[in-house]
Amino acid sequence: MIRSITKQKPFEEVIRLLRDMERVFLIGCGTCTTMTHTGGQAEVLAMRKKLAEAGKRVTGFMVIPVACDNLTEEALQENLPAMREAQALLIMTCAFGVQTISRFLDIPVIPALDTLFIGKESGLGLYQEICTQCGECILGETGGICPVTSCHKGLVNGPCGGTNDGKCEVDRNKDCAWTLIYERLQKQGRVSIMRKFQPAKNYQVEPKPGKILLPLERSEG
Amino acid sequence: MARSLREVLRSGEFVITSEIGPPKGCDITKMKYHIEGLKDKVHALNVTDNQSSVMRYPSLGGAILIQELGGEPILQMTCRDRNRMALQGDLLLAYSRGIHSVLCLTGDAVPVGDHKSAKSVFDLDSTQLLRAIRLMESGKDLGGNDLEGKVEFCAGAIVTPEARPVEPQLMKFEKKVECGAEFFQTQAIYDLDNFRSFMDYARKFPVKILAGIVLLTSAKMAKYMNENVPGIFVPQMLIDELASAPKGQALKKGIEIAGRMIRQIKAEGLCDGVHIMAIGREEVVPEILQAAGIQLDGRKQSNPGE
Repeated sequence: MIRSITKQKPFEEVIRLLRDMERVFLIGCGTCTTMTHTGGQAEVLAMRKKLAEAGKRVTGFMVIPVACDNLTEEALQENLPAMREAQALLIMTCAFGVQTISRFLDIPVIPALDTLFIGKESGLGLYQEICTQCGECILGETGGICPVTSCHKGLVNGPCGGTNDGKCEVDRNKDCAWTLIYERLQKQGRVSIMRKFQPAKNYQVEPKPGKILLPLERSEG
Repeated sequence: MARSLREVLRSGEFVITSEIGPPKGCDITKMKYHIEGLKDKVHALNVTDNQSSVMRYPSLGGAILIQELGGEPILQMTCRDRNRMALQGDLLLAYSRGIHSVLCLTGDAVPVGDHKSAKSVFDLDSTQLLRAIRLMESGKDLGGNDLEGKVEFCAGAIVTPEARPVEPQLMKFEKKVECGAEFFQTQAIYDLDNFRSFMDYARKFPVKILAGIVLLTSAKMAKYMNENVPGIFVPQMLIDELASAPKGQALKKGIEIAGRMIRQIKAEGLCDGVHIMAIGREEVVPEILQAAGIQLDGRKQSNPGE
């Protein structure tokens, strides 16, 4: 399952963002930030304690099951009085959650987390970005490994000269995406597709910010 | 006026290129000094483009200076810092200022340099930049629009013959050839046996290959490169040779090694020429050439006593 991967902002930054705001309501998320231990129940409670120690008054807290879901609007209703009492909502969800919540309430929102990427857990506590939603999928010609995402430079025509023994020049512990692609294609006997020239990418497949109206009916055939 | 790089490449002569690293700042005195010292001793001079992702005086500025001083510049262009619009615009500017040779590179990654929080671009890669040049020569830009005036470039690229695994690098080399590269300057080579086998392969392609010669200045520097620079492998024998040099004589030994390699490459006719990189030590390139027994024919020699 894909997850929004976050990390907590330094507490000093949280305090700076909450300057002149004495009363705070805390919101966590029961999905991604619970799994990454950045904004689940335990982290929300720890934040409450730290804020109290820093002289803030926490008017209440809640952990919304899926903060980015539209049901968040209803979930917020339960705690409206305590939220209204606060001068800011300190939000321990990813930026999807922060923006969803801010759509439904006119109380200032302050993110307590930085959203790093959309990724998945590939090992215990290890999260990786594997797709950057570029809108022009070339996985069919790269052995199912995305170089747009997995190559530091997003190269689509093979490795750069910075690769060394299968590792990347930016980090000796990072695999070179093109070495992985090469090895996988070799196993499949399809190395020759690496020879195909990939033209310059179209960065306006879906003009930023992405917004698309999809047909409501199922397509036939 | 220097002969054009393309003309020299086609002449069948053993081609000598070297490189100039622009300054960190606007004081171009030293760069100018290096250009003046080298422009008549080599066939062409590359100008590095924010080398190692360190922000510097631009390669285009250095190339214009070489042109003005009567040398033959090779403009290095990486895809790291400019999108396709800026790259094409700079190519137009370069051509209009008499710069007709370009070396297309992907560019080092931003985090290895001195502006670690900068946004890296890589809108194009080296192969796509080569193709863009050939497209512009046909009178169109990458947006499909007509260009006023005609550009024509001698376009080259780089290859890393000592990379492991080497096959993906060779496939990229072939892609660069298909995209229009007419010459290659290799990453530093030290192991001539390995380079020979690369050349056995590369000879099949209609391109000129200049072997990359990076001056070793000490055993410590050689070890550092082995550990930190991808695609560079200095054999232990050379490291030992550098280490055996008397105190203060390591640079001299490095010049001797570089000269010896060039001499051997030329004697064997291994490839079409050499590209000498004396990173930060441009002033010793003439000594390397002397050690290699190379003196350019048919070119004005630099002032005696210089």
